[in-house]
Amino acid sequence: MNAGGPAARLHIDWTRCDGRGLCTELLPEALGRDEWGYPVAAPGRVRSGRDATDVPLTGAELAAAMDAENLCPLLALRIIRP
Amino acid sequence: MSAATEIAAMQGGTAAGPAGPRLFAAGAAAGMAAHLAAYGEVPRHGRDWSLAEELEASGLTGRGGAGFGAWRKFAAVDHARRPNRYVPRTGGPVLIANGAEGEPLSFKDASLLHNAPHLVIDGLVAAAAELSAGSVFIYAGAANLAPVAAALAERADARHIALVEAPDTFVAGQASAVVNFLETGRALPRDLAARLAGSGFKGRPTLVHNVETWAHTALVARYGAGWFRTAGTPEDPGTRLVSVTGNVPSEVVLEVPGGAPLDSVLASAGVGSDAVSAVLVGGYHGRWVRPDGVVLSAAAAAGSTPAGGAVRPGAGVLHVLGHGRCGLAATAAMVDYLAGQSARQCGPCMFGLPALADVMGRLAAGTGGPGLVREVERLLALVAGRGACHHPDGTVQLVHSALETFADDVRRHLAGQCQEAAPAGGAVR
Ligand code: SF4
Ligand code: SF4
Repeated sequence: MNAGGPAARLHIDWTRCDGRGLCTELLPEALGRDEWGYPVAAPGRVRSGRDATDVPLTGAELAAAMDAENLCPLLALRIIRP
Repeated sequence: MSAATEIAAMQGGTAAGPAGPRLFAAGAAAGMAAHLAAYGEVPRHGRDWSLAEELEASGLTGRGGAGFGAWRKFAAVDHARRPNRYVPRTGGPVLIANGAEGEPLSFKDASLLHNAPHLVIDGLVAAAAELSAGSVFIYAGAANLAPVAAALAERADARHIALVEAPDTFVAGQASAVVNFLETGRALPRDLAARLAGSGFKGRPTLVHNVETWAHTALVARYGAGWFRTAGTPEDPGTRLVSVTGNVPSEVVLEVPGGAPLDSVLASAGVGSDAVSAVLVGGYHGRWVRPDGVVLSAAAAAGSTPAGGAVRPGAGVLHVLGHGRCGLAATAAMVDYLAGQSARQCGPCMFGLPALADVMGRLAAGTGGPGLVREVERLLALVAGRGACHHPDGTVQLVHSALETFADDVRRHLAGQCQEAAPAGGAVR
């Protein structure tokens, strides 16, 4: 992640997400899946507690993140711009 | 519920306000007459007086756990309620006094509602006037609403306050769960991307404070910020209620000044320091410490090592672990309870906490292999920060502090040498 902070963040609403993993396919660099299937920020991206729920994104990932935001079947994702 | 309410000695005081106990100055189960005799009427303030400014100057922090400056939420709601070019007016702000006290080791809010309901009501009435509130609620368990209802019946200035019965669950007291319950009847936390101050109950600016915070607000409204600061330290002014439980002669609620040394608070509760192995400060979402040289201060850095001297009191729980009791067994029982109290909305919390409870149980029982601690740490990292509410993070903090404080016991358990390994269920009061 560049020094000026992330280009944007992907907020995960855990009360909606059911862990079927569409977003992790669209954003393989940013998101992995935990042992229960839920998206988890890639190692190295989590520097503070906030980063686990508002996952830092690079500028290059923004387009894929917008796809994920639109395609998440449970409307669990939202892009937060700085 | 212990009605016993002792008050620890405090420094200072001014002519204006009570110099001894503050919140219980009117005595046990105070009705309106005793309340007014102890505190007097709330004075009429001039136009240039503002409760928001007075709260900021007082340094009062929330007494429900998080410990942020009470004035911040107040100011945010004050800001959000003003007509704004971009956001349509949404109706008057909503004020909520939260006395749900889902924490099983805490009973200070119950004690406050039973003994000083008028102070809580005064705080709400003062804020409602300043913020032009549209709705005001007091939210607490049924048993604790009865004395509040009796107090409301004694006064004419609080008819707009509605009582709401809180369900008896651990997460029912989380601020967003309170608002959710009022709207939908389900006391489940919400995704907190939208802030309550700007858009809470039915989209209206919403101010949720712990009942004790409202009681202190009533005193600040009466006697001012200067008086408030005559107790406590500059970093942690005023007093707070603590619930002392565990291996103690009797469970009590004490009122103690900010920055109070932990061992002197325990001494006021009749607990000698030589009888204490460790103390859980802040409850099930708190942290274990050895009491030597530790002070309770809301100004302590988050997650500071107790060796640094100050630990956050959180919601004011002090749970004493006597010598001869196993801290790992006690912690494992708590994690098991917390796993059962997950609101089961968020995957990492719903699956991660039971997994954590399972591993902690094996660690406590001394039946796991050498990789157990690494597995605990992996699960802690996996659930941290991944929930709509603070529940996973609070649990993580509890377990971290147990691994740190009981590091020697961990080694003994892994080597199968714990003499004390008691059945986990015996650990909770
Ligand atoms: S696409 Fe949506 S529901 Fe599916 S795992 Fe991602 S956030 Fe969860
Ligand atoms: S984090 Fe856990 S307790 Fe909090 S809302 Fe989600 S499932 Fe419920």
